Amino acid sequence: MSAQEAPIIRFDKVNKWYASNGYHVLRDINLDFAKGEKVVICGPSGSGKSTLIRCVNALEEYQEGQLTVDGTVVGDDLKGIDRVRREVGMVFQQFNLFPHLTVLENLILSPTWVARTPRNEAIDKAMAQLERVRIAEHAHKYPLQLSGGQQQRVAIARALCLKPKIMLFDEPTSALDPEMIKEVLDVMIGLADQGMTMLCVTHEMGFAKAVADRVIFMDQGQVVEQNTPEEFFNHPQNERSQDFLSKILGH
Amino acid sequence: MIEARPQPARKRRSISWRSREGRSVIYQVVAILSVIGAIALLVRNTLANMRERGIQSGYDFLNQPFGFDVSETLIPYEITSTYWTAFAIGMANTLKVAVVGIILATIVGTLVGVGRYSANWLVRKLCYAYVEFFRNVPIYLQLLIWYIVFTEVLPSYDELWQIGHFYLSKNGFSFPWPVWLLGQNLAMAGGLLGVVAAWLYARRSRRLFDQTGQQRPVALVGLALIVGMAIVGWLAGGAPNELSLPVRGTFQIENGASVTPEYLALLIGLVLYTAAFIAEIVRSGIASVSLGQHEAAASLGLTKRQSMRLVVLPQALRVIIPPLTSQYLNLTKNSSLAVAIGYPELVSIANTTLNQTGRAIEALSIVMLVYLTLSLITSALMNWFNARAAIQER
Amino acid sequence: MSSTNSSQFQPITARPMPGRRTGIVAWLRANLFSGPINSLMTLATVALLAWSISHAFDWAVARAVFGAHLEACNNARGLGACWGVIAEKGRLIVMGRYPDTEHWRPVIATTLMLLVVGASCMPRFWNRWLPLAWLVMLAVYFTLMKGGMLGLTEVPTDQWGGLPLTVMLTVISMTLAFPLSIFVALGRRSTMPAIRTICTLYVELIRGVPLITVLFMASFMLPLFMPHGVTIDVLIRVIVGITLFSAAYMAEVVRGGLQALPKGQTEAAATLGLTYWQTQRKIVLPQALAMVVPSLMNTFIGMFKDTSLVTIVSLYELTGALSLALNSDADWRPFKIEAYLFITLIYFVFCFAMSRYSLWVEARTAVSKVR
Repeated sequence: MSAQEAPIIRFDKVNKWYASNGYHVLRDINLDFAKGEKVVICGPSGSGKSTLIRCVNALEEYQEGQLTVDGTVVGDDLKGIDRVRREVGMVFQQFNLFPHLTVLENLILSPTWVARTPRNEAIDKAMAQLERVRIAEHAHKYPLQLSGGQQQRVAIARALCLKPKIMLFDEPTSALDPEMIKEVLDVMIGLADQGMTMLCVTHEMGFAKAVADRVIFMDQGQVVEQNTPEEFFNHPQNERSQDFLSKILGH
Repeated sequence: MIEARPQPARKRRSISWRSREGRSVIYQVVAILSVIGAIALLVRNTLANMRERGIQSGYDFLNQPFGFDVSETLIPYEITSTYWTAFAIGMANTLKVAVVGIILATIVGTLVGVGRYSANWLVRKLCYAYVEFFRNVPIYLQLLIWYIVFTEVLPSYDELWQIGHFYLSKNGFSFPWPVWLLGQNLAMAGGLLGVVAAWLYARRSRRLFDQTGQQRPVALVGLALIVGMAIVGWLAGGAPNELSLPVRGTFQIENGASVTPEYLALLIGLVLYTAAFIAEIVRSGIASVSLGQHEAAASLGLTKRQSMRLVVLPQALRVIIPPLTSQYLNLTKNSSLAVAIGYPELVSIANTTLNQTGRAIEALSIVMLVYLTLSLITSALMNWFNARAAIQER
Repeated sequence: MSSTNSSQFQPITARPMPGRRTGIVAWLRANLFSGPINSLMTLATVALLAWSISHAFDWAVARAVFGAHLEACNNARGLGACWGVIAEKGRLIVMGRYPDTEHWRPVIATTLMLLVVGASCMPRFWNRWLPLAWLVMLAVYFTLMKGGMLGLTEVPTDQWGGLPLTVMLTVISMTLAFPLSIFVALGRRSTMPAIRTICTLYVELIRGVPLITVLFMASFMLPLFMPHGVTIDVLIRVIVGITLFSAAYMAEVVRGGLQALPKGQTEAAATLGLTYWQTQRKIVLPQALAMVVPSLMNTFIGMFKDTSLVTIVSLYELTGALSLALNSDADWRPFKIEAYLFITLIYFVFCFAMSRYSLWVEARTAVSKVR
């Protein structure tokens, strides 16, 4: 990572509490992400890793500190949030495709209504994205007619239609049957090879080793350790990291 | 490789207890024979009993004069009008309360259902209280209470409440109504043309949106078109603006239009009761759209209004509309309770007929036929809607 | 910032949320006054509530007459409620025309019935003694109510009325309608076209017409259906009408449960060699019925409310008993509204309790399903 370029995402002493029970879910997060960097965030459940990446596109609010995404401070400013959401694409664990629209309609929804792209142009671009994730032949099907892996690939294509600078992945393969995980990971690897900035919360260590520039380990709302994949997986420094790795690499 | 070939013709059926097909045939034959046998038995008994009690049968009574006064009619009625006319009036009165009731109940129910999600705690709790109260008291009892309110609690005619040209008393509610001339009819025709024009405009602006991505305000322009063309029609008819104003006569209001307290009691009672159920339906429809859908829409950059219109409402409406039409039918069926408060809708008229002529079967069969037709039409529309709008699955 | 190693790592203990406002002021600000429109709504609602509650309190409490004093009530007409009408006519309303001296009989009978019904709702009583308990309860109920034996004076069925009648009609017709509805629901899903058509016709016919027409039909036509010389009690006619009506609606609810059950269940049962009826009894119905318990409760609550209609066919349950009690007594007739409010309260308490119970059952079964 070059020191001259400004980070595309910067967490500066970010703290978050849950409003419902006051739980301190993110504690003093100080992180920088460079453009084109691919980062895997892992940790036990409840460690705040999903909450962390959901702050980037303002699906979660934070109370202390400052989060800057591509030069815009993410905070109460609604215009700022809109700007950020156009630059950041997100893929959910539960896909969240719109079941009442076809695959193609799912993809062109945002370009036509937010970016004001003419419909035909949006369709062409959408079909290109569908080709990219190798699912173009299902363009006119409805989401529930596809398998889980196919749906998730459509979800990735839908996020890509915004031409985002950053892609967030929140446990994209956790809801999939094992035989479908590979097809989604292949798409994500392809995306990585094309230079996309990616933040992935995932347990897929093979993916991390293949693609990630950095692995961040979180526990109880804090960044415990961050390192290159080789270093982290083979020589974890902190005993919490060691404990976690022994649990997930064991099976 | 074996090529596909057509299915061979069916073998001869075996009617044996042991074969699956045979048993099915035997069961069905037994069932049909028992049903026919039971019906035959009932019919035989009925005819015997009717002969014995001197009850006549047949639908010829429909051409006889009704002989009773009917308090509220949309069709001209005299004391010598036939039973046919009386039944027609009954149907018209049923529709009069059902149509207005459905519109009002939908408005009130939607407001209360959405109010359950209000940011204001008081509004939320009040909506909840409304729903729980009106759902847990029988509609019949509610109608009886409203009847007392409108016939006894309201002031008597001499002390009626008056706001401008609107009068409310125990005798009913009177309001100004335009004298219906050619101009009004042309206005309605104009309004219909306006609907067509608005629809064409909506289509055109949609095409424009697809081609260039520019959005036009469809709703406002459409509304303007409808209202505008109605005004044009009205002007073409000579711009009649004469209103029949209700005037206070010695014993009752003259001119204007009016509705009886029975109608008011029935309408208010049905609307408040049905609206409570509609509120629940709307609420569960909104709740059925999972949080993930809202989040996905937000992460795609859609505004709250766009997200509501394109993602949330289409899915919510699919869940809302089937039980909603069921409630509309319930409201129409519940209007039959008017027999207890003296509003002359269909079942009331049938009840009078039944008591006068003793032709219970004929009178009730007419009523049931009418309601069945309404139900079946609504069911058919509902099935068509479900088939078209169903979210396609594997 | 590249790697963090353990020597730099310091665990951070949780801190309380800064500026977190608890307590009533914070709650008010968030829920009632969070913005200009919200505040306006709150003020308008509070004003409306204050006005209506003060007027209602004035009428119902401040200027109300609480004893059965006819003169005081007449003086207070229009200004205050006359709750004396309940003191005077309350028993008549709640018990109907049942003879005064024998009122202990419906009370005991209805309490027994409610106990057995309540026990049937609790899973810990679901054993083979339950059907026996039902039979015993029904025998005792009808003996007590009808009398004519064991030294009890006979009370004809057209004198039964009030709340006991409401409870009895609901319980009896639901008990009879339930097995009928299961058969009809199974019939609608049958592969045999004749049976399917018969069941579908029955359900669609009944659901398409108002209850009142069904009651009229039962009331006027059942006597005609009977063979020569056989008379049929008005109570039985009404029970038949309500039973047929509720069975149609319950059949739709049960059918929903049957449809929601995965096909694999019946297939697995078939591979185990179970017959159709064994499959339904042991595999399909237990699961399907458990799924639709909340909807069945709703139907029960609906039936409880719909019994108020039997007044129209001359059986005087709670609502009818009120009309009977007050229409004939010119002195107390002006105070109908107070009496109506009284039975509104009774209905509301019963129905609200039942719907709370049904929500509780639903929540309990949902918990058991969460993995």
